[in-house]
Amino acid sequence: MQQSSAVLPCSVTMCNIKRRKNGKIKIGVQSRSSIAIKLLLAALLGLTVYAFISFDYKEIVFSEAVVATARNIRTVFLKPALSADTFKNVLYQLLVTFCLGTLATLFGAIPAFFCSLLCAKNLAPAWLANMVKCLIALVRAVPTVLWVLIFAVSAGLGSVAAVIGLTFHSFAYLTKVYAEAIEEIDGGTIEALRSSGANFWQIIFQAILPASVSRIVAWTFMRFEINFTNAIAVGAAAGAGGIGFNLFMAGSFYFNLQEMGFLTYVVVIAVILLEFLSTKVKEKVR
Amino acid sequence: MNDRTKDVFFKRKITYILVFAVFIAVYLVSAFITEYHMQEGLASFPKAMAWIGENLFPDEKAIRRFPKIIEKLTETALLSVAVTVIAAVFAFLFSLFGSKATGFHGAINRIVRIFAAFFRNVPDVVWAMLLMFSFGQNILTGFFALFFTTFGLLTRAFIETIDEVSASGIEALKVSGADFVQTVFQAILPSALPGVITWILYMIETNIRNSTLIGILTATGIGYLFDIYYKRLDFSSASLVVVSIIVLVIAIELISNLIRKVIL
Repeated sequence: MQQSSAVLPCSVTMCNIKRRKNGKIKIGVQSRSSIAIKLLLAALLGLTVYAFISFDYKEIVFSEAVVATARNIRTVFLKPALSADTFKNVLYQLLVTFCLGTLATLFGAIPAFFCSLLCAKNLAPAWLANMVKCLIALVRAVPTVLWVLIFAVSAGLGSVAAVIGLTFHSFAYLTKVYAEAIEEIDGGTIEALRSSGANFWQIIFQAILPASVSRIVAWTFMRFEINFTNAIAVGAAAGAGGIGFNLFMAGSFYFNLQEMGFLTYVVVIAVILLEFLSTKVKEKVR
Repeated sequence: MNDRTKDVFFKRKITYILVFAVFIAVYLVSAFITEYHMQEGLASFPKAMAWIGENLFPDEKAIRRFPKIIEKLTETALLSVAVTVIAAVFAFLFSLFGSKATGFHGAINRIVRIFAAFFRNVPDVVWAMLLMFSFGQNILTGFFALFFTTFGLLTRAFIETIDEVSASGIEALKVSGADFVQTVFQAILPSALPGVITWILYMIETNIRNSTLIGILTATGIGYLFDIYYKRLDFSSASLVVVSIIVLVIAIELISNLIRKVIL
């Protein structure tokens, strides 16, 4: 090949042009990643089709159910009304949910910061970092509601189980993202402090925390939004209080769709306000 | 040390003390409102850990239930894949109208974004209870409850992805006279696909966890199975359910990491 390319450079460039069987020049290049994407999409579609075939639909009349759903959706979203509860109490329950989310975020964030120091690659030895990351992945894999129910065995259903259950997942999530934020810090900063004789905690509080604080705050606020929605869900599924519990009672006990609609609107407005607030905070710390 | 560096350290110390004080204040107010008691919280830890230790290894009864658990777990995994794929198809179509890069009128962009925000922010528990009335204890209840929130979330994520990666490619194709369908298939889809797939994989994993919760509410899938064992105080079987969920979620996380490594 080497020799022939020296003699006939033209033919070598010809070789590099790939042609289809009918002689047309191939335009697209099949790289490893594009093949992987095609395989993945095919697998996902195949699984979806298989899923629909394998589901046990229990002889439901689909069209009737859809019509009934549409009617219920109309009642919930177009005729919201408060009948069983006072508006003041609804707002108070919203505040309770808000505080459940706050406590879970606070209790998750503080240990998560210290734990992230143990699993950031630029601070901790590799074996320790990997071990902590594995443990964190285990904690994160358990759904929040199951943590709540596990703690409800020992603490009873209520705010204690709710807060601790929510805390587990936010702790694991925040440890992961904090560690990623810390790993992005320039290694030179840490080395400079280390070589000038700073001890571990001085490095943490004079270099690591100031350098990563904006990302840490952004992630914490994002987690707070998630905790707020989770607190609603946990309140409903595990009877842990707050507006989620009101929603559950209105929906599953009293079948009061109008009340459910009203509570839903209160929640949606609160979440949108939180989203707005969290964008503002993120812009400010950036 | 001169005065200015001292000043920096002093200011930082004040900041740390202030932040700490704010944390304490937030804790006190929130604990008062939610009636959370620190002692009770701490006291529940050793008990919960003992519970986990006691029930972590399945007893004979739990092992007999293992085939049933695997069946429901497979159903849940398939459900979350199906929900995510179908929601992703709809979300991608909608995100074309919501993205600024595709050049639709600003009003259309805004309508799509508000539509997505609505579906994203109505809690999935509301959808679940709403659908319970009409679909009953059916897998479709869980399917639609997860579908609506996934659709809302993915629409926003896809709009951001398209805005980020496709703007210049779309412009180039438009200038050379491509029509809308050509632009979608030649510019938007190829450039946004890695981002779209990352989001799909993330949502599959999230939906498995969420479907546990929906399952408890709507009496379907793996969540219901846990709930039954839990309420019968058959904690060994319940914890076998938890362990199976952990294994499934971690397996999916590992597979997604592998896929992401290849395609990005």
